[in-house]
Amino acid sequence: MSTTITPGTPAPDFAARAAGRGRVTFVRVLRAEWIKLRSLRSTFWVLVAAVFVVIALGLLVTSGTVDRWPDTGAAERARFSAPNASLTGLYLAQLAIGVLGVLVITGEYATGSIRATMSAVPHRLPVLWAKAAVFGAVTFVLMLVTSLIAFLAGQAVLSKEHIDVALGDPGVPRVVVGVALYLAITGILAIGVGAVVRNAAGGIAIVFGLLLVLPQVVQALPTAWQDHITRYLPSEAGQAFTRWHPSADALSPNTGITVFALYAAATLAAAAVLLRRRDA
Amino acid sequence: MITAEALTKRYGPKTAVEGLSFTVRPGVVTGFLGPNGAGKSTTMRMILGLDRPTSGSVTVNGRRYADHPAPLHEVGALLEAKAVHTGRSAYHHLLSMAATTGIPTRRVHQVIRMVGLDEVARKRVGGFSLGMGQRLGIATALLGDPATLVLDEPVNGLDPEGVLWIRTLLKSLAAEGRTVFLSSHLMSEMALTAEHLIVVGRGRLIADTSVADFIAGAAPDQVRVRTPDADRLRALLFGPEVRIATEERDVLEVSGVSSDDIGRIAAAHGITLFELVPHRVSLEEAFMESTRDAVEYRVGGPSVGTGATSAGTGPNTRPRTGPRTRGRAA
Repeated sequence: MSTTITPGTPAPDFAARAAGRGRVTFVRVLRAEWIKLRSLRSTFWVLVAAVFVVIALGLLVTSGTVDRWPDTGAAERARFSAPNASLTGLYLAQLAIGVLGVLVITGEYATGSIRATMSAVPHRLPVLWAKAAVFGAVTFVLMLVTSLIAFLAGQAVLSKEHIDVALGDPGVPRVVVGVALYLAITGILAIGVGAVVRNAAGGIAIVFGLLLVLPQVVQALPTAWQDHITRYLPSEAGQAFTRWHPSADALSPNTGITVFALYAAATLAAAAVLLRRRDA
Repeated sequence: MITAEALTKRYGPKTAVEGLSFTVRPGVVTGFLGPNGAGKSTTMRMILGLDRPTSGSVTVNGRRYADHPAPLHEVGALLEAKAVHTGRSAYHHLLSMAATTGIPTRRVHQVIRMVGLDEVARKRVGGFSLGMGQRLGIATALLGDPATLVLDEPVNGLDPEGVLWIRTLLKSLAAEGRTVFLSSHLMSEMALTAEHLIVVGRGRLIADTSVADFIAGAAPDQVRVRTPDADRLRALLFGPEVRIATEERDVLEVSGVSSDDIGRIAAAHGITLFELVPHRVSLEEAFMESTRDAVEYRVGGPSVGTGATSAGTGPNTRPRTGPRTRGRAA
């Protein structure tokens, strides 16, 4: 590597420059976080995995349903939700998005790049909001497209038994959009968790615990308690919005997604308080 | 201009920096010296608002770092090698930093060329050598063409060519009127690069002085004289500030008199000299001497001073570096 300082470089106007230009604005922080998100291979591969599992699992589940449909009893036929069957991949995709959300922030702590980030944006909080906004938006848009593809592909399979539904049928758009919205909020929740614990392994464990383990733990409680608790758990509340036939025990779709969003907001708020208080 | 006032940082019961006050002026390269654990990195992190001072304050050009609307244009920092995501390319790291403050892509390419990373800019930083990581850190620091540079161990891991390059670069940046503040544990390198020194030990200020004064203050220069007329010369050189030690029968180790004066006195009295060798104290020796004292003071006697006394007393004060002859002349 050969390097030289160019002789005769014009005298810098650095003092004047610092006075007027280069303000850190939220839009600029958003752009920086967008560059960071798209310049990591892990982002690409995890999102590819999420897209794949949603579409593939939708095809698998709908094919299985079609295969067994002639032998399916009336009660089960009545419970069958064609849109949800084609979007079963949600349960796996939430894990991929949860992991990536945690890594978006803990990767910076693990590598030390958080110090570069915080020296560029010393107010710190814009970084957290921008990470949540960029990752939430990317997840929502990508998963909306994925959800639509999975839905259409799944309904095409189901049409063999004429049990498919159309995108325009009542309640169906909510399910298709709801899957993307649930995943986007999951991603933001994961960023909040990651920012609180600042450690990938711990963050992923907590996100999985919240989404997967907590509902199982509650199952072990006395039945009278379960009914009051289960519906308010993050994953249960959020998924209420994605179910075509709302369950009697669950929150209403709108209340459910609001409760889920509040979980994410509370986690992000805790992260914000800690981010301001702690040394970077 | 970096101004620290009674800067203190405690991590639980451990005090990393205590009552540190100093001023780093523009136009010269200022070195930040101290043994491991002296609080250099902590101080630099506080300058950049990464660590919050327990008490006291530090400002850059009159404002706390976080209060600058365009921090990357104000202060360029190299905090530690590779404060970069290992999975990201050097180009994208710089691009994301640049984006926060609206620096154009053109400038990103410019700093990449300036530090000589053109060929590896698109490669992931995880595969970079220590030296390449340092170059990337320096590129990051220069990105906003800042008036102030804060560099923690910038020559660490650089090859001799890289060391020469950074020395020239830092001197030229200072000559342009910028404030350049760098830490290093390589004394010889610091002696070549820095003009002014801030020396800390155990989180406290030991010296805030020029390199020349620091060396002069830590220990006097000695002159080795070999002469067949040692006894006569000793009598002639005798004075209140002069110390003379004898190692061999015809060898004098003289401090307090310059080699020029010894030569003149010998000539005036017709004394034959076989050797007249001035021995300049190196920065390393001066540094060892000063920091050893700091440790001694901490354990036993009176405090070496909180440093608060030097606050605002002007750029050329050197509060604790008077000539010390103790322990040198035997």
